[in-house]
Amino acid sequence: MSAALLEIEGLTKRFGGVTAVSDCSFSVPEGTITALVGPNGSGKTTAFNLITGYMRADAGSIRFDGASVRSPNPVSLARRGLTRTFQQARIFPELTLVQNMVAALQQPWRAVLQRAVRRHERTRALELLEEFGLARLAGERAGNLSYGQKKLLEFAAVLMADPRLVLLDEPTAGVNPVLVEQIEQRIRELNARGLTFLLVEHNMNLVMRLSDPVVVLDHGTKLAEGKPDDVRNDPRVLDAYLGG
Amino acid sequence: MSRATAAGLARGGAFAAAGIAFPFVFNQAWIVNIGVLTLMYAALATAWNLFSGYTGYITLGQAAFFGLGAYTLGITFQHFGIGSGYNPFYALPLVGAGIAIASLPIAWIALRTRHMTFAIVTLTLLFIVQQLAFNLRSLTKGSTGLMLPTPHFAIDSYDTPFYLAMLAILLAGLSLCWLILRSKLGLMLLAIREDEEKARGLGIRVTGAKLIAWWLMVWLSAMVGGVWAYYLTFIYPESSVDPLVMIGAVLMTFLGGRGTLWGPTVGALVLVPAQQYMITKLGASRLYLVGYAAVFMVVLLLLPRGILPSLRSAIDAQRERRRTHREPRVREEAHA
Amino acid sequence: MHELVQAIILGILVGGIYALMASGLTLVFGIMKVINVAQGALVILAAYLSYALFSHLHIDPFLSILIVTPAMFVLGVAVQLVFVRSLRGPDGSELSLLVTWALALGIEGVLSVIFKTNFRVTSPSYADNSWSIFGYQVSEVRVLAFVASAVLLLALSLLLTRTRFGRAVRATVQNPTAATLLGVDANRVQTLSFGLGVSMAAAAGAVYGVIYPFNPGSHYDLISRLLSIVVLGGLGSLGGAVFAALAMGVIEAIVAVKISPVWSSFSFFVVLITFLLVRPQGIFGVRERVL
Repeated sequence: MSAALLEIEGLTKRFGGVTAVSDCSFSVPEGTITALVGPNGSGKTTAFNLITGYMRADAGSIRFDGASVRSPNPVSLARRGLTRTFQQARIFPELTLVQNMVAALQQPWRAVLQRAVRRHERTRALELLEEFGLARLAGERAGNLSYGQKKLLEFAAVLMADPRLVLLDEPTAGVNPVLVEQIEQRIRELNARGLTFLLVEHNMNLVMRLSDPVVVLDHGTKLAEGKPDDVRNDPRVLDAYLGG
Repeated sequence: MSRATAAGLARGGAFAAAGIAFPFVFNQAWIVNIGVLTLMYAALATAWNLFSGYTGYITLGQAAFFGLGAYTLGITFQHFGIGSGYNPFYALPLVGAGIAIASLPIAWIALRTRHMTFAIVTLTLLFIVQQLAFNLRSLTKGSTGLMLPTPHFAIDSYDTPFYLAMLAILLAGLSLCWLILRSKLGLMLLAIREDEEKARGLGIRVTGAKLIAWWLMVWLSAMVGGVWAYYLTFIYPESSVDPLVMIGAVLMTFLGGRGTLWGPTVGALVLVPAQQYMITKLGASRLYLVGYAAVFMVVLLLLPRGILPSLRSAIDAQRERRRTHREPRVREEAHA
Repeated sequence: MHELVQAIILGILVGGIYALMASGLTLVFGIMKVINVAQGALVILAAYLSYALFSHLHIDPFLSILIVTPAMFVLGVAVQLVFVRSLRGPDGSELSLLVTWALALGIEGVLSVIFKTNFRVTSPSYADNSWSIFGYQVSEVRVLAFVASAVLLLALSLLLTRTRFGRAVRATVQNPTAATLLGVDANRVQTLSFGLGVSMAAAAGAVYGVIYPFNPGSHYDLISRLLSIVVLGGLGSLGGAVFAALAMGVIEAIVAVKISPVWSSFSFFVVLITFLLVRPQGIFGVRERVL
């Protein structure tokens, strides 16, 4: 088992009387496609938000790439190589696809006065867009894309900054089967090139095919963690999904 | 240099040339006076647009910085002696820079709140500055008002130096907007305006970008206030930190087109002469407030995107219609 | 010490009236994410109406609440239908800020034309009466105004918690889409709530005019305070608005006594900014949920 790129320890988040995430601990080994699954309300999306700094945890710790993450916030995490996509495919509608891509490049402050889209950045953006089959729409306004195309664009954009770990929030939700396959392909290829993924997914077939390990959450805490087959046959997991 | 850049520079150059020539061609005092006011509002609107148009955060505190610029110049005259004639103009960029730097902590606090709260907090800032102007009597002479020394410009072209100063600030503002729009900072700001949380998730340094835009807005606004104070030679709290002036600038930006380069200036060119006319006809009875309100309502409710974007859409639609009309056969072939 | 307690009493009495005005403001925000910058101007409008009713028809200002409030409820409904409803889209909230500001200017302009800019104050015979309670001076009108405000705020809270309309309102605040799906007519709720918010201003205005001299330009002073109050209390929180209003009253009164009256409103603004440093969402506000 390779070293853990991301380690969650005792993560807890309460909303008023509801504890969405409760003493949750798991890890994402480097170079894997780790899946985070669980029935609705099990705390997956909240865990995502806590890990990526969009919400502040009430308790618990996060370690990324060997270093502890005190007060996580999205900007610094992204710049450290931890990035995410959103369930609703968030892109910048008024900007073109190329602009969407180049905006995702993390710039040092001295770059502020440079031209918005420099030639080599445009080339790189077009290359990535090509891999995702979007290159012909490069100059289009991103808001004109179909939902599936937006999901692809969002995925492509987070790769521009060469992240270490990509958190995919339901990458295939609301997307047609052809596109599901395309997204699965991309994930495999990128993973083969060394990119680590943590995905939240409801599509169980996809999860079982694609990921190892699988982490199962239930009522905000980890129920099981391991190879897909082991987890699938774990009686506690079956109980959580099928039981009352 | 791309064609678009060359065209943009040509437009800017033509505007600057026309602007410089104007007070020498039309040199009657009342015309140049309207010119000063028009440029003042255009500069304020451009500055407002630089921040609010590009970040999407509506700020209602601009009058505070205008007033701070006015009073800082006045106080500097009183307590330090800043020279006379043209010298005060040269001091303005420094004055503006100082005020802009001083405003950063408050901006940082305000920018942590959501858009609506931000608008209210900046408005509160306006009232705070106005209160300070009233209360710090030893510095500002309170409601009695502060006098600035009258410069010894030639009587028959007295307004011209002020006109040129306002023009310089406007050109600086336009240049900054133009540079920003083409730069990475512009891309960052547009991303922030579109979806700030998404921008954060991509690692865009959202707070820093907003603060840069803020600093530039305050710098420009304070300088405008300084020129205005010097022009009037007499300032008092209600007139220096006047929400109405700021609302006018905001209205002009909306009318011309928020987020565009020339929109605020277009808005000012349309509304300031109209406003001056309204004041001369209706000023005494405060009915012009109703006129203001009416124009505002019309612009916000009927033309919310403003003149320039609406024009551009209309032109694009026209082009699209012409293109599809011209090339129906091509589309049929593509389907075959 | 005596001075301090006197100031606190005064502050609470003042805060009560502001709480009534602010409640309307924060309620409207909670329901439709609109900040009615004209709330101050509407208070002043009500003050003028009450003043006119007293001057010409000798109707007691506290009784005039019964006339002015329904009248301005109708005005509020009309305003929402004509100006505010059409503001949709992502910019709607911020545009509403400017549209209602324009409304405030319009009201100021009209009032200036009709009443000129002289300061007025509604002066019933008991305007200068005061009582002495445990050695503290309390002005009769201020107490009456406070009581009226408290009663109306209580009525508002009962309306929101005990009636069908109130439930519809609270549902719309929490989740407009879900509320619509459950049969709530969101448009109607919004329109009626806007009217309700204006009614609060109207009632407050009627009594405001007895205590403070006012002219058409007074709305700036009012709205600057009201906005600070609702932000401090947390946009959308009724309890927060009441608390913050009372806090404002007390803070300003203490500063007026201990330092100087000219610094009282300034000090409240400073309190606001300092508080936001620690808690940007206000006292009872909710941190904006991102996702």
